[in-house]
Amino acid sequence: MQKPGKKLSFLIAGATVGALVLSGCSGAGSSGSGDSADNTITALMVGNPQMEDIQKLTADNFTKQTGITVKFTILPENELRDKVTQDVANQGGQYDVATVGAYEVPIWAKNGWLHELSTQANADSAYDTADLIKPMVQSVTGDDGKMYAAPFYGESSFLMYNKEMFEAKGLTMPEKPTWAQVAEFAQKLDDKKKGVAGICLRGLPGWGELFAPLTTVVNTYGGTWFEKDWTPKVDSPEFKEATNFYVNLVKQYGESGAPQAGFTECLNTFGQGKAAMWYDATSAAGTLEDPNASKVAGKVGYAYAPVNKTEYSGWLWTWAFAMPKTTKKADAAWKFISWATSKDYEQLVGKNLGWPRVPSGKRTSTYAIPEYKESAKAFADVTLGSIEHANPQNPGVQPRPALGVQFVGIPEFADLGTKVSQEVSAAIAGSTTVDKALADGQKLAEDVAKKYK
Amino acid sequence: MTDVITRTDPKPEVVAPVKSGSAKDRWVRRAPLLPALIFAIIVTQVPFLVTIYLSTLSWNALRPGDRSFVGLENYVTVLTDRRLRSALTNTVLLTAGAVIFSMILGLALAVLLDRKFFGRSVVRTLLITPFLVMPIAAALLWKHAIYNPAYGLINGIFGGSTDWISSYPKAAVITTLVWQWTPFMMLILLAGLQSQSEEVLEAARVDGANAWQIFTRMTLPHLRQYLELGALLGSIYLVNTFDAVFTITQGGPGSATTNLPYEIYLTTFRKFEYGEASAAGVIVVILTIIVATFALRVISSLFRMEESR
Amino acid sequence: MTTLAAPRRKRRPANSVWGVVAWVAGIVFVFPVIWMVLTSFKQEQDAASNPPSWVFSPTFDQYAQVFDRNITPFLLNSLMASVFSTLFVVLLATPAAYALSLRPVAKWTDALFFFISTKMMPAVAALLPVYLLVKNLGMLDNVWTMVVLYTSMNLPLAVWMMRSFLLEVPREVLEAGEVDGAGLITSIRKIILPIVSPGLAATALICFIFAWNEFFLAVNLTATNAGTAPIFLVGFISSEGLFLARLCAAATLVSLPVLIAGWLAQNKLVRGLSMGAVK
Repeated sequence: MQKPGKKLSFLIAGATVGALVLSGCSGAGSSGSGDSADNTITALMVGNPQMEDIQKLTADNFTKQTGITVKFTILPENELRDKVTQDVANQGGQYDVATVGAYEVPIWAKNGWLHELSTQANADSAYDTADLIKPMVQSVTGDDGKMYAAPFYGESSFLMYNKEMFEAKGLTMPEKPTWAQVAEFAQKLDDKKKGVAGICLRGLPGWGELFAPLTTVVNTYGGTWFEKDWTPKVDSPEFKEATNFYVNLVKQYGESGAPQAGFTECLNTFGQGKAAMWYDATSAAGTLEDPNASKVAGKVGYAYAPVNKTEYSGWLWTWAFAMPKTTKKADAAWKFISWATSKDYEQLVGKNLGWPRVPSGKRTSTYAIPEYKESAKAFADVTLGSIEHANPQNPGVQPRPALGVQFVGIPEFADLGTKVSQEVSAAIAGSTTVDKALADGQKLAEDVAKKYK
Repeated sequence: MTDVITRTDPKPEVVAPVKSGSAKDRWVRRAPLLPALIFAIIVTQVPFLVTIYLSTLSWNALRPGDRSFVGLENYVTVLTDRRLRSALTNTVLLTAGAVIFSMILGLALAVLLDRKFFGRSVVRTLLITPFLVMPIAAALLWKHAIYNPAYGLINGIFGGSTDWISSYPKAAVITTLVWQWTPFMMLILLAGLQSQSEEVLEAARVDGANAWQIFTRMTLPHLRQYLELGALLGSIYLVNTFDAVFTITQGGPGSATTNLPYEIYLTTFRKFEYGEASAAGVIVVILTIIVATFALRVISSLFRMEESR
Repeated sequence: MTTLAAPRRKRRPANSVWGVVAWVAGIVFVFPVIWMVLTSFKQEQDAASNPPSWVFSPTFDQYAQVFDRNITPFLLNSLMASVFSTLFVVLLATPAAYALSLRPVAKWTDALFFFISTKMMPAVAALLPVYLLVKNLGMLDNVWTMVVLYTSMNLPLAVWMMRSFLLEVPREVLEAGEVDGAGLITSIRKIILPIVSPGLAATALICFIFAWNEFFLAVNLTATNAGTAPIFLVGFISSEGLFLARLCAAATLVSLPVLIAGWLAQNKLVRGLSMGAVK
């Protein structure tokens, strides 16, 4: 024991000295909080392909033009929500730019947590606020009519299907399918032996994961979370019918590992040709049509979100960049935000990374770029149509108490939706039933409703 | 976080501390201890006091300005919450499962390693490796490279398309933990095995006892304290499991694998009910104190064992 | 001091059979790690193939990608947090352990149990107050915050461990030194340090390992400036096609320092982890 001990202490001494030298060097650049001061801003991004593209393009373009360094943190969607809410709600001040969604912006603006952007946006003629698509602007506008976040990309939801698989079975997808038709296709195309699922649907818990597509199904089946007077309706027959339909569909013909599959996993599954259909965000198309990232590029057909009782059922979402009130670098942060959401940035992505990857759905002018139109002809029209037909005020068959298609625009919904989604996800895994999940959900919804009635 | 001092009885002391002596002498003796003690008190006790204070507030960070004193209301909410009770059950199941299985495996491996064979130190190095892998890396590795139904190693080798994490969530988490903690148990038990007196064992052999008799009648009783220590320390570390739950199952499906740390984390940073989260924290601390009282007794007896050797 | 003491048992033929069993067990246990390292040298398509591909042409692409995604600051943050917290732990724990062993204070057992009780308390119960305090001090996302927290996290371990090493200093030698008129400083330098320095090294290594691997506090208290290696790993899963091979490369990279440290310290590992109770 003595001998190795001596050797050991030498090694440690060596390692420590080395480490100190290294960290001493790094100290200048990375830590010591205040030093890298005005020319560095911090940004929190969600781990979607479009945001990862920003990270790739920033150093060589934005930093070169402005001298502003951007430090990124990239997190998966659920973790991102925890983190950004934690920071903004507590005025933690860790980020100068944060990625927030259509759900958070109006609530947070009301709480006075976000820096308004209208002043800077209107002063910047190159930014051209008039070009932004109306429903997108509305979803990031506070009660005072000011913009509190800049949409980076906008999306609705639609049905993607593998044209080769449909042709092989002699099936044709209508432009506006119903859920009954989709279930029939799923049954015909499901091929467990080949490892091909009939349909890929999200099963990962999280109000923004599983409940994004599921709430749109509930809407079109005539259900809702709350009625206009805040009566909770989670255990209503319509909500149950829709949830049972969704759960059974994914259980019978869905992807393997469905209870753990979110947008990311589904994108992989469908992109690897392991599912015949996929109902999810329109923004997935950009990645699916990129031959470097997908095996099904050029083979995908796009249809409107499947419906039952309503005419359209697509959701409305935007990932947008906001500045927490705590930022001390509002000018630098705005420079970054306006760069990343500008027309020029779309050109930059198109030319460097390929036109299908342009963060679309926020500017009308995007759909007039000839190269984009050419590369996105398979999905551009359906995308724009879906966005324009989404109605956050009245997405179902009855009036609603709060804004939102696939969510309820109140702060409590994140917790409510997530808890119920855990139960529904468990029902997909087979460890509980939909009835029990929704009965529990109704109780939680009643607690929430008490605060509003 | 709080002071859990429960000595059963004074231990045989190695060096008699000065009971009398001048005040100056006492302070000279105390001086080297003070920095560490003060540091530990500030960093661990102050937050706990704050937790107690917060637990009496109704405070949801998502509704700014909404912060008021509510007394013990949060405790009522938390204690009547079904989720917290199921989290408690899950904590016990996950901890006990991981400790027991890693102990059994660790014992088997320790017995193997106690023999002399070619490359023994290499095998030992291989066996401790899982313990050294960063826990979050291990959790990601198991989730994506091993359990994944489409390209995971298990289905890759044995076929099928079982979704291991959703079908057997607790087992999936426990397996990962057992894989990481078996080496720890093995090392402790190996030390125990190697402290056995060879002469006594040899004498038993001469008396005609077979290997199994020797193991059950002599080795196991000798190992008892090492087993207790392993169980105790394993529980201390594993009861706080967060990384594996956070990564592999996110507490699901449903709340099948939501343990107390994860549940409190969810209440704090997903529900933002700071008052409720603090009340839950205080309750967990109280429970820990109760458990720790017994645990420390075990440690005390171990110390007597160690120091009398 | 019995770790790896050569058994005095005679070699028997059965042992070679058990040796094979032990080897198989060792390989089974280490296999996930081997698989991780193998996967990290694959192309993404090979990594996601089913059945698994055993033969492939190795590539460093994934490692290149990891560095492209700027892992370096995260590694440096981890290094800083681990090294400095370890340094502080050793500086605080060694004198404390001295006052609890060789020249014990009056209520030394109470103090000792106080330290270990802080280790038993769930970190999650302190998360919120720590977060709020750190925020009010303006120290969120700061490496030094992590240094302080990791110091307190590892302190009980180090106190107990150092104490067990200090108890090995023979009483007679110390007393002989005192008789010779050696001052405190001299006796520490000449007598105590040489005996406990391997123990000091082992303590430091164990503290380093725990600090390096810590995730819970890091994920809640750091962001872009002070993010540590585990945080990088979590953010590395993305939707851009397949990610398994990249993930394995990153996981291998961040686990490597601790693997090396642990392999080097394996003789002392058990003592550290049992807080000095098992030698």
